[in-house]
Amino acid sequence: MLDKVVIANRGEIALRILRACQELGIKTVAIHSEADREQKHVFLADESVCIGPAASADSYLNIPAVISAAEVTDAVGIHPGYGFLAENADFAERIEQSGFTLIGPRPETIRLMGDKLSAIKAMKKVGIPCLPGSDGPVGNNGDVLDIARDIGYPVIIKAAGGGGGRGMRVVHSEAALMKAISLTKVEAASAFANDTVYMEKYLLQPRHIEVQVLADEHGNAIYLGERDCSMQRRHQKIIEEAPAPGIDKSTRREIGERCVEACLSIGYRSAGTFEFLYDEGNFYFIEMNTRIQVEHPVTEMITGVDIVKEQLQIASGEDLSYRQEDIGIWGHAIECRINAEDPDNFMPSPGMIEHYHPPGGPGIRVDTHVYQGYHVPPYYDSLIGKLIAHAETRELALARMSIALSEIIIEGIKTNVPLHQRLLKDAAFKAGGTDIHYLEKKLGLK
Amino acid sequence: PDSGSFQTAGKKPPVTEPVDSVETVEETNKTEGGRPIKSPMVGIFYISPAPDEAPFVEVGQAVSKGDVLCIIEAMKIMNQIESDISGVVRRIMVENGEPVEYGQPLFLIGES
Repeated sequence: MLDKVVIANRGEIALRILRACQELGIKTVAIHSEADREQKHVFLADESVCIGPAASADSYLNIPAVISAAEVTDAVGIHPGYGFLAENADFAERIEQSGFTLIGPRPETIRLMGDKLSAIKAMKKVGIPCLPGSDGPVGNNGDVLDIARDIGYPVIIKAAGGGGGRGMRVVHSEAALMKAISLTKVEAASAFANDTVYMEKYLLQPRHIEVQVLADEHGNAIYLGERDCSMQRRHQKIIEEAPAPGIDKSTRREIGERCVEACLSIGYRSAGTFEFLYDEGNFYFIEMNTRIQVEHPVTEMITGVDIVKEQLQIASGEDLSYRQEDIGIWGHAIECRINAEDPDNFMPSPGMIEHYHPPGGPGIRVDTHVYQGYHVPPYYDSLIGKLIAHAETRELALARMSIALSEIIIEGIKTNVPLHQRLLKDAAFKAGGTDIHYLEKKLGLK
Repeated sequence: PDSGSFQTAGKKPPVTEPVDSVETVEETNKTEGGRPIKSPMVGIFYISPAPDEAPFVEVGQAVSKGDVLCIIEAMKIMNQIESDISGVVRRIMVENGEPVEYGQPLFLIGES
């Protein structure tokens, strides 16, 4: 088992990683910015190192600072969490060159999946279904009109260096196509230092269904079922659940096995998620996330697998704790992302949490780093915690979540708890199977 | 639940220096009248250019803005840390070879 791990992240995921390390007897190093000295996981870690000022670019995204912190503390492994440097292939490479172990896939895999075009190409090769698309970059030449006609409008232009909902533009008619490609290229060059764009069919009412996988370095790979993350606003997930409503056992097994085959053929290591759009019974691969994800708890609740612990074990060179036949799906889990933001206009709401009281009871899990008196800093994203409800059925999980949302107290800042309470009462959400545009339509944003 | 126990759930972790050598910069300023030079990076602090060479500075030494005070080694690179003020070295706040974090006070520079 790894002796000591640097937690190269902050907030709720840093605390999550710390807990998993502690269970495995791994010493922890909490690296943090000057603005994050009073985070819960910093207080609980065996050691802490301030690595930079508040600005992410100079701290959490500062590769030399992160690696230097690992050096001065004699750490062995580095867990990047999600966001920040988690999917930065250069970071992964430099970690290896410096003699440390990244808790994650190999740098080549991160690079392969980071470029959305090469990811699609690799997935097609191993038989993962993808959206009808340009199968390569598109430019400003005449071919592009034919490509779009073959795919059929509407189409979507996407940045190859993007992902996570960024760098995309929908085109409904031929007249708008060339301009859309130019604009998306310009934006991509600025946001991702890469102006390569490609085209795909735009589905009107798809659901977002993703498959969780785990793979070790000994040729073992398993799937842990799927999650439905269709409740989104501006491509950011707000509510996630597992399993996906309406997906039957054989469909789950089929898509899961395909993902496992893909893992084995690309030599995947650690935790990963294959993201699909699901439309009229068909799965279409859109991208792969080569890291732990925010919504991993819903999968943990229904399978009983501790995904972060598995990551640490895999990075220690051990076999997976489970074979596929050991994995079962029990009940239904829902997660509400609690953000420090105005529930109506979504403006961030940093500040001091004057009064905090978490919910509890059977099937309730709270993943948060906040406490009464904690100051939510203005420099980072607004996620302050995740509320997860698990029960024997989806209906009961929804009921548990509603009760938990009515119990939770977070005062002093604004949060999206009122929004979640509205959504839990929404008839279409309660019925299950709403698509990725549903929330924005409901909020009148479309 | 006792919300007090929440906040004291974890001890303040030992930062990279022993607890008894930490004092607030304000206290030090009052007793010794100086401004701190803080570390701009994470790394290992060295007071000399090389193990058997003389230290860059000693307590009581006058320094000018831009003078090299120490080296911080990070990722195998020896970074020379310069003083951003002129004055007299009142105190060297870390031991040679000690790990330092971003923002950690390294020197106290007082008026000449």
